[in-house]
Amino acid sequence: MLRILLAAFVTLVVAAPAWAHPHVWVTMHTELVYAPDGKITGIRHAWSFDDMFSTFATQGLESKEKGKFTREELAPLAKVNVESLKEFDYFTYATADGKKAELAEPAPDYWLDYANEVLTLNFTLPFKKPVSAKELKVEIYDPTIFVDFSFAKEKPAQLVGAPKCKLDVVLPREMTFAEGKKLSEIPADQPNTTMAWGAQFASRLLVHCP
Amino acid sequence: MILSGRRSALAQCAFLVIALLLFCAILDTALAQPFGVTRGAAQPEVGGFAGWILQKQAEFYRMLSGLIRAAKADGSAAYTLLGISFLYGIFHAAGPGHGKAVISSYLVANDETWRRGVVLSFASAILQAFTAIAIVGIAAAMLGATAEAMGETVRVIEIVSYALIVLIGLRLLWVKGRAFLRLLRGGADAGPSHDHAHDHHHGHNHDHHHHGHAHAHDHHHHGDEASAWGHAHAPEPQELTGRHWFRRGLSAIVAVGLRPCSGAIIVLVFALAQGLFWIGVASTFLMGIGTAITVAAIATLAVGARGLAGRLAKAKPGAGMIFIRGLETAAALVIVLFGTALLTGYMVSERLMGV
Repeated sequence: MLRILLAAFVTLVVAAPAWAHPHVWVTMHTELVYAPDGKITGIRHAWSFDDMFSTFATQGLESKEKGKFTREELAPLAKVNVESLKEFDYFTYATADGKKAELAEPAPDYWLDYANEVLTLNFTLPFKKPVSAKELKVEIYDPTIFVDFSFAKEKPAQLVGAPKCKLDVVLPREMTFAEGKKLSEIPADQPNTTMAWGAQFASRLLVHCP
Repeated sequence: MILSGRRSALAQCAFLVIALLLFCAILDTALAQPFGVTRGAAQPEVGGFAGWILQKQAEFYRMLSGLIRAAKADGSAAYTLLGISFLYGIFHAAGPGHGKAVISSYLVANDETWRRGVVLSFASAILQAFTAIAIVGIAAAMLGATAEAMGETVRVIEIVSYALIVLIGLRLLWVKGRAFLRLLRGGADAGPSHDHAHDHHHGHNHDHHHHGHAHAHDHHHHGDEASAWGHAHAPEPQELTGRHWFRRGLSAIVAVGLRPCSGAIIVLVFALAQGLFWIGVASTFLMGIGTAITVAAIATLAVGARGLAGRLAKAKPGAGMIFIRGLETAAALVIVLFGTALLTGYMVSERLMGV
């Protein structure tokens, strides 16, 4: 009896990440920064929030010029942003040759800027140890889907200082379609164990190095 | 014989708990059939109904900012805005959310009618719109508070709201669980026994009060634990569905409706920044009405399912009653589990990132 109850509760909790709606849209530009020795050292994010969230986040903030915010005026908000992102692992997950690559806390030179009524958060996530990988995968997503991440149409991502490597940007919608197609080929009597919430909506960067 | 009967009843109860826990998830899939893409048997779960809901509500939400801007220059855009807000409300509530699960479980546990379910759904959705408008109207428009301050306010409200859900669940669990256990132990003869004058208590809708009251009874009967279960001191279920159902349901309305929707707050702040706060208010109310329609539809389904179970149970006098009491207990347990999961942060219903 107790075991069944426990199982039921676990089911409830496991289903929990799905209990959200996107309320924040982020358009990303991401740079993968490499050292001269060919190891990746960090991930440089520039996240632009949608206009409604940008307006909401800047509500009540003091500024010298109405409707405009300087980097200094936005510094306290940037601090809150970056500090609260920690709880969510900065929504950034990296693997090097299939192994999880640990990311450290953001470098202190993060900032927010405000242009065309849009807030953009700029920050760099350094790797705990620079990694060399033939196949590097960086995924950016919110498992609870409260925040919707997508790459900018122009300049979604780029490699900095890795001349021999090739970058692939995998968009989530394409991923869903491909997976959906793959799924429809699985016989109906077989369980689907490969698809998961959140990760399915991930925007992915794949780097192949020789 | 009695032992085996009890065991099967316990198994039935356990089964029902799981069935109810998955109730809303199943409803989502059940609802999927008319709308969902029905190509191939192995439709991915997420890409199916849930994915479609998510996509639609996101689509509508993203249209809102453009429409608010448009309404500034052209008044007729306001009508489109209101229409989209209404649709957004419908789709938003059809997606995952604790409100409809708590209301549905509450109705199942209390054996309420669908009409009452509709009233409770509307009242809680309208209250939700009011809280969002009050927060933005007072904090942002009048006091010039920051988003961070509003986020803090929402967090406090959230804790109160989730705690209320737990309390409502616990109170129901106490009442229904006792009736259920009494039936299991006492056998079929434990029908409606003592009709103590509990009516004066039901007028109050304060859960602390009920809870305290229940404990007091427990204490009172400490001497004869063995017979305590067989003794009907908890209000009988029939008793609970009296004239005061709305006042009693008020606790459920407040628990669900107190926590404002983050989306409504963001829309209101955006409208305020555009100098169109009243447009935001109207939009929020239409979102609320849309939400209410979906929650009411789901609540009606839950009530209907419960009614069907009740009719089936009547065919089997002894086991049927156990089944019904088990169902009510399970529904009460679902409310407790939901509230606890929300309160402890296991289940994050919505949060305002970084503010």
